[in-house]
Amino acid sequence: MINTMECAVDAQSLISISLMKIHNSRTQRGGIKLHKNLLVSYVLRNARQVYIKEKYAEIYRMQQYEEVMTVCNEIQELNPLDLDAEDADDEEQARAACCGEEASLCGSACHRDAAQPAAHARTASALPGCEEDCKEPEPSYYRSCCMEASPVSHCDQFPANSSAHCNKTTVLDLDTHVVTTVENGYLHQDCCCDALQCGQGAQSPAKKRKVEFGCCVSDVEEVSDFTAARKRAKREDCSYSHPDYTDTSNISNLISIFGSGFSGLLSRQADLEQICSKQVLASLGAWTRAIVAF
Amino acid sequence: MHRHIYQLQKGHGLCTSILTFSPPLCSASCVAADIISTVEFNSSGELLATGDKGGRVVVFQREQESKSQPQRRGEYNVYSTFQSHEPEFDYLKSLEIEEKINKIKWLPQQNAAYFLLSTNDKTVKLWKISERDKRPEGYNLKDEDGRIRNPSTITSLRVPVLQPMDLMVEATARRVFSNAHTYHINSISVNSDLQTFISTDDLRVNLWNLEITDRSFNIVDIKPANMEELTEVITSAEFHPQQCHTFAYSSSKGSIRLCDMRQAALCDKHCKYFEEPEDPSTRSFFSEIISSISDVKFSHNGRYLMTRDYLTVKVWDLQMENKPLETYQVHDYLRGKLCSLYENDCIFDKFECVWNGSDSVIMTGSYNNFFRMFDRNTKRDVTLEASRENSKPRAILKPRKVCVGGKRRKDEISVDSLDFSKKILHTTWHPHENIIAVAATNNLYIFQDKVN
Repeated sequence: MINTMECAVDAQSLISISLMKIHNSRTQRGGIKLHKNLLVSYVLRNARQVYIKEKYAEIYRMQQYEEVMTVCNEIQELNPLDLDAEDADDEEQARAACCGEEASLCGSACHRDAAQPAAHARTASALPGCEEDCKEPEPSYYRSCCMEASPVSHCDQFPANSSAHCNKTTVLDLDTHVVTTVENGYLHQDCCCDALQCGQGAQSPAKKRKVEFGCCVSDVEEVSDFTAARKRAKREDCSYSHPDYTDTSNISNLISIFGSGFSGLLSRQADLEQICSKQVLASLGAWTRAIVAF
Repeated sequence: MHRHIYQLQKGHGLCTSILTFSPPLCSASCVAADIISTVEFNSSGELLATGDKGGRVVVFQREQESKSQPQRRGEYNVYSTFQSHEPEFDYLKSLEIEEKINKIKWLPQQNAAYFLLSTNDKTVKLWKISERDKRPEGYNLKDEDGRIRNPSTITSLRVPVLQPMDLMVEATARRVFSNAHTYHINSISVNSDLQTFISTDDLRVNLWNLEITDRSFNIVDIKPANMEELTEVITSAEFHPQQCHTFAYSSSKGSIRLCDMRQAALCDKHCKYFEEPEDPSTRSFFSEIISSISDVKFSHNGRYLMTRDYLTVKVWDLQMENKPLETYQVHDYLRGKLCSLYENDCIFDKFECVWNGSDSVIMTGSYNNFFRMFDRNTKRDVTLEASRENSKPRAILKPRKVCVGGKRRKDEISVDSLDFSKKILHTTWHPHENIIAVAATNNLYIFQDKVN
């Protein structure tokens, strides 16, 4: 876990400083210094890891934490076999329950401590704690610890106490684009957004997505906010190296999804999430490696 | 050339004297080409070579002891100056090759002449430095100015004789070893067999025969098949001082590999691997940078290795690979300033380290023109400063101290007052005596420990 406490400069400044150094080195007398640029790329990688982590933490912190905690606790009581039957009822109740509240968003992973009343502060610190639980990843891996936010709609359905202790990290391999979740020491291979896996053991991805999605749909704005936030993060990161990068394809995806209503969201959400996160992460990895390769 | 040479005698309580070779007037503006980029004593300590950014080599020679001026014993005077490397342009790659001298290594003396290897980023040259104190006079076919005489005016023949002349020291390039390095050469090392040497760039180590310039053997190649997978580079390499088949090379990841050339033609497989596991509690954005080794030196007895990374000097026992024998903190107070040192590029400074003749003391440079010495036996260390202000005639070099926090005592200097533009990257120690040479930007300081 990178100790950022002593650093007066934040991750984003480090990224821009590092990119400037790499850019300047190309016009330096004597040619590109391979050693120096390799070291700068390490700083870039470290700063990127912290920056992305902070971005997700920021997104997470925008939510009403209490609701999320409750919902998450209740989610753990969810019986996997009853998912489909409950969906329809849940949506209406979710909309009612979450009206006017900041909705929680579908994240790609979930990390929480069981039965924590003062959960907000704990989770913020639990993010780093999550890092410590896991080993330092390979350079090609990117770690994300996102609070899973979706199941707002299940607030009223589930008891507040949660017995399961979820300890989970999601790792994305930038080379193979395989998402791997380490949960309570067990490794799961899953796809990008399997938000409800926490505490429930293995579930079929399709089912999970459907349920989580059922919750999300109550707040369409938040979904787009989340995607937009991800896009913002992506754009900021890519602004130096991909000036001609366009997310028009993603925007058009969103528009067509919202246009087709709930059912459209249901079927396209998985693709959208996959596209968004894959592209965010793949693009970050690609240009970092491209900088080193010369 | 605005080069200032200061010779002091430091001592713990002993008298010192100071001698300057150039007036201090022109020290205000430092010409970039005068920045000293390497210093090296030869194997007898009689000669001291310096290389600078402008591609020049200046060689100093120690004065013989004379009874008439005993206080000038052992001072170093300029012996020879020559332009070793010129800036070049690689037309194929469209890039300029700097003339800066990266390293100088002396060959042990075998006859009246002196030989040294000097290298820039791409080319190694063997220079012969020889004296001439006689010249032939009385040629028949040409007159004293060298003009050809009209043969019809020659009426008698004479035998040319050697006449004494003022001592002239001339340097001639005897060999040029070029076109063997794609990346920047960071070090050269002469083998104990006195027939071969290695030159090392970021990814490869090449073995040369001193007599053969059109061929070299690649003995280490860490270039990955796909450059995107590059994770480390070679930062320095050195031959073992006694075993002509053994050499070591350090990496940007903080590891050292010892290789035996008898094992295979390509020494990619090391026979020893020295690395200390990283302390996870100190992990920061810059962990990789500060663990990169900037210099590796075998001890004179061949039993130890010394490495320098950004904040520490480590002594390794060749028999123990998993951790260093000793670790010395050079300037740990910089750990909290790594961010600003990264911004101003100081974090990339490559400090060298050096053993004394008996391997009991090690020395390395720091900022603010400080340099540090660590006594391995007594575990005492001292910080000294190379500056004109502190080097008055007959003055004793006073130990300096950096105040890391809290109340600053009178003589201490606080971390924030350190001048990071004044850095001592290059130092060398006389092979037998307590004489050190320290390069501070464009100034060379020579300190002697005067023994009664």
